[in-house]
Amino acid sequence: MLKVENVSKRFGGLQALKDVSFEVKEKEIHALIGPNGAGKTTMFDIINGFIKPSSGRVYFKERRIDGLRPSRIAMMGMGRTFQIVRVFPEMTVLENVLAGIGKEIYPSLRVFSEIVKSEKNIRKAIDIINLCGLSDYTDQEASVLPLGIQRNIEIARALATGADFLLLDEPASGLNDQETKDLAELIKKINEGGTTVLFIEHDMRFTMGLAHTITVLDHGEKIAQGRPEEVAKNERVIEAYLGKSISK
Amino acid sequence: MSLDYILTLITFSNIFAILSLSLNILIGYAGQVSLGHAAFFGIGAYTSAILAAKFGVGYWWTLLASILISGAVGLLLGLPSLRVKHDFLVLATIGINFVVVSVFKYIEFFGGPYGIVGIPMAKIFGKDLSTPGFSLYTTIWLVAVILFDMYLNKVYVRYGFEAVKENEKAAESIGVSVPLFKIYAFTISGALAGLAGNLWTYQMGMVFPDDFSFGVSVSILTMLVLGGMGTTSGPILGAYTLTFLPEALRFIQDYRMLLYGLIIVLVMMYQPSGLLGKGGILRKIFKR
Repeated sequence: MLKVENVSKRFGGLQALKDVSFEVKEKEIHALIGPNGAGKTTMFDIINGFIKPSSGRVYFKERRIDGLRPSRIAMMGMGRTFQIVRVFPEMTVLENVLAGIGKEIYPSLRVFSEIVKSEKNIRKAIDIINLCGLSDYTDQEASVLPLGIQRNIEIARALATGADFLLLDEPASGLNDQETKDLAELIKKINEGGTTVLFIEHDMRFTMGLAHTITVLDHGEKIAQGRPEEVAKNERVIEAYLGKSISK
Repeated sequence: MSLDYILTLITFSNIFAILSLSLNILIGYAGQVSLGHAAFFGIGAYTSAILAAKFGVGYWWTLLASILISGAVGLLLGLPSLRVKHDFLVLATIGINFVVVSVFKYIEFFGGPYGIVGIPMAKIFGKDLSTPGFSLYTTIWLVAVILFDMYLNKVYVRYGFEAVKENEKAAESIGVSVPLFKIYAFTISGALAGLAGNLWTYQMGMVFPDDFSFGVSVSILTMLVLGGMGTTSGPILGAYTLTFLPEALRFIQDYRMLLYGLIIVLVMMYQPSGLLGKGGILRKIFKR
């Protein structure tokens, strides 16, 4: 579904990504992990179009997407959430989701004719709100809600766009144990509905329990890829996270 | 105060209410702070003035031309603004205001510092509109703009604007093309300011470059800030208050700009969302 080919990114003197290739298959939950500064968020920003790679190609659903506007890539069915949450703070939860539902309309002149709070749209929004466990907050302004809820609002908004591919940037960061468990359940549920998920995470327990495939970056390079149990045993991965053993 | 005088003040209030409503679309909805709104107002006014006084064009055509040309200039000037954000956008729009006034002032075609005079009364449905007629006519336009604004609030373009205002990256992530919606905002805002310009020209019967100076942009913004950005009622309240208040308090006349400055400071300190905005006193009273 998503193919990253030999992507490199340089910011001035900093090589953020170096010749990284990996593939996300349809309907899988794929994790992108690595120590701080490994280039994970940079990779996300390249995938959804916020930054252009210095070299390399990105394909989404067989079409080359590097260099396209993020809104164009969103149109193709890619949704995302952000490491530092970016809900629309002054909108209510319902309005955030309704904003996502508008995806098909934004590029056309129908923005001038399509009523937002139509019965059809509200019904659709309420379904998504229920799915994401937000029904207690429907009419509350997003900015006043706790971080865990705001993350779910972002997920709900991304789902509302009808995306069949979700990028989740550290969805569990800052969440307590219970919230983390609920989030894992939600992601599983979304994935069972047919949505492919690619996420970045530091929480190993969360990642190991959720991902079908893991890609590991370190200092901008891919050092491993495989099923969770394979990656957990990989020497280079252990080294990257814990450092080299002195005895060796 | 004679009736004619009050009707004239109503006309001015209506024109400034339309201006604040149009600026509100740009700032209150789409979050693009402009301090050069008088430029679009002036372009609309000069378009009508030149067509009417120099070419004898009839009223309806001047109206149409003002709306279209101001809208088109809004679009054109919106383009460079895509590249600048926040404080830089504010400075760029101030610059645009000064450039437009200079063009009016120094290019012969636009009448130079003495402006354009001798604009006939607006002939609408075969009748010359005098003071009461014209004040009614501008009221009809204000109502039309209010209805248009209420409609905008119901359709998706409003959500596109709000998304751009609240978070550009999140907006892009749900398919909102940020430049496209900024251009929509500049164009609609410019077109409505053009309408106000047309009304101004026929109310005054003459136009001068200084009618559209930077100070006027500040006045429009003050009305918007006082009433409440992002609301429909706020800009109208702001325009009526700041048109009638200095007339009621005669001694204040000479200190109009001082009053405006003071209002901006006080509103920012105590009513940052405006009187009718979120948490505003008047909004609380009306909601009770």
